[in-house]
Amino acid sequence: MIKSFKNNIKGILIEGLTLSSALVIIAIIVVMIAVIVIGGKDQISWEFLTSFPEDGMTKGGIFPAIYGTALLVIIMSVAAVPFGTITAIYLTEYANENAIIAKVIRFAVRTLAVIPSIIYGLFGLGFFIKFVGTEMDNTFLGGQLKWGQPNILWASLTMALLTLPVVIVSVEEALKTVPKDLRAASLALGATKWQTIWKVVLPGSISGIMTGTILAVSRGAGEVAPILFTGVAYYVATLPASFSDQFMVLGYHIYVMTTQSANVDQTMPIQFGTTLVLLALTFILNISAIVLRYRIRQKKSN
Amino acid sequence: MTKKTKKGKKSDENVSGLIDITRKKFRWSDYLAEKVIKGVAFLSITIVVLIFIFVFRESLPIFKQEKAPAKTEAIAETQETYGEVTDKPATTDVQETYGEVTDQSNNHAIGDSTSSADKSYTVSAGSGYDDNKSALKSLLTKEWVPVSEKPRYGILALIIGTFKVTIISILFAAPLAILAALYTASFASRRMKEIIKPTIELLAGFPSVVIGFFALMVLASFLQDVFHYDTRLNSFVGGIAMGIAAIPIIFTITEDALTAVPRTFNEASLALGASKWQTAFFVILPAATPGIFAAVLLGIGRVFGETMIALMATGNASQMGLNPFESVRTLAATIGAEMAEVVFGDTHYNVLFLIGSLLFIFTFILNAIAEFYVKGKLMKRIQGK
Repeated sequence: MIKSFKNNIKGILIEGLTLSSALVIIAIIVVMIAVIVIGGKDQISWEFLTSFPEDGMTKGGIFPAIYGTALLVIIMSVAAVPFGTITAIYLTEYANENAIIAKVIRFAVRTLAVIPSIIYGLFGLGFFIKFVGTEMDNTFLGGQLKWGQPNILWASLTMALLTLPVVIVSVEEALKTVPKDLRAASLALGATKWQTIWKVVLPGSISGIMTGTILAVSRGAGEVAPILFTGVAYYVATLPASFSDQFMVLGYHIYVMTTQSANVDQTMPIQFGTTLVLLALTFILNISAIVLRYRIRQKKSN
Repeated sequence: MTKKTKKGKKSDENVSGLIDITRKKFRWSDYLAEKVIKGVAFLSITIVVLIFIFVFRESLPIFKQEKAPAKTEAIAETQETYGEVTDKPATTDVQETYGEVTDQSNNHAIGDSTSSADKSYTVSAGSGYDDNKSALKSLLTKEWVPVSEKPRYGILALIIGTFKVTIISILFAAPLAILAALYTASFASRRMKEIIKPTIELLAGFPSVVIGFFALMVLASFLQDVFHYDTRLNSFVGGIAMGIAAIPIIFTITEDALTAVPRTFNEASLALGASKWQTAFFVILPAATPGIFAAVLLGIGRVFGETMIALMATGNASQMGLNPFESVRTLAATIGAEMAEVVFGDTHYNVLFLIGSLLFIFTFILNAIAEFYVKGKLMKRIQGK
């Protein structure tokens, strides 16, 4: 009796311990959100979102940063989503699960997912700017410097590499939910493998591709390290008009305002406001991705 | 419709022999599609290889320079080195390009930073070649003074700083995340699960710069009030903030590992009279240890390469001490802070790329261990071989 009683107490304690750690994590999240929302909510106004920074960035809005972020994620998605989707198709439809090639590709994808984002920045600098860009300048522009310096194209492509594994994993998960029977039926009707993929498998996994895109966009919108030296600028007076322009980004704006600004206290509301905008953006994207993914999983279990 | 007619034709043609029906007809569109898809799939492998090559390539001059006896020859050798490594046709071309980029980017960097940076760097482009020898020698010293009359590139303090922050953050994040995962996997009701899991997944979507901002603005002051230390930004604050970033990774992978433990384990344990918590702690948790190990490794990888939080919350002063309440400078933060201000092709630039290579190799190894060693063990344990 006494032993079982002791055991009971122990059990309650241990269950309480695990529960409280889960609650601590949730509390951290809630506190973070609350602090940022409370600090930034007064700053948010239509004017703040649509005007340029003024007075050495101590006043005014963050429109160029929002515009730059949007442009960055659009170019990035155009590059990352097709490549990611095709890789996922290869892994689920063509590759033999136990083939060494498929294993190596999977390992490469997972490696891409864990490489620190700053390394992508270095790669963007070493490969896109100094190798590809400089070569392009030499061949097409006779050595005139245009592509061999940081710009929005190189930054977006660097970001595309970073978000490639996100797309691949999401699409793969969605492709697997398309029932084997559907594929078999299509093949039995005489459709070729490619026709089956194009007309049956892909339409059935469109929500997965969307989830992947949304997650990639949310990741790309928030990352700063890869674009630190591949294209982002502290302040540009005009919006980027071509691929060879530099641009502003929300995340980098927060970073420079908090650490490089001469007057941190004065710009505090702007910092909180910008952080709130970035957080709200990634939040909306993430929640919609979670909802979509939840639906896919429901479909799978049915 | 077209599909059907095609099929009809095909079967008409093939009525004569059964063998022909089973044999696949060669189609260019299918063949091409397969080849293109395969080619694109190889891209991820190519990217990993390219990342390694290009990050490492930029750090090579440090090692090459040392062998050169005279200054002029040293320059000649650089040319060759660039040519060799990159497979570019014209070496002189490359050299010119580097020169140009150096000049312009120098102006550009200064123009960029004058408005912002309070520190004015005066780096001379020509200083690079003499430095390389001493740079290599100074690599394993404690002093990181890249911008001075006599630059020293001691990365030892940076490495120690990085490990210090990593240890603090893992000590904070791993127990929390693992226990929380155990709760969701073993104790939580369905409803609780549906609250906890998406919420923590949401944390994974927090941009690191937002976590860094939170640490800088709120967490630093809060922790200082609690622990009463002197420097407001230090490795402790940075470690906790990075731990917050690492929690969702450790949680998700641990949770996956715990739920992957076969149900029979659970049932057998309960049938033998063990209580729920005993089953969770002495059966499920041990069975999933390799997976949890992998989770912690990937968490370490995340913290190790974290840049923005390190830049914002660790104080960024390279110090050797083991006191957690001192400012530190991590490897990744060093790259992030200094790369924008160096001269392309300079020794300092090369050293930063060398640090990048170190980071890359370290995370690559961590991932490889998590992937192969752990997975093999996990399978063995669960299948009972």
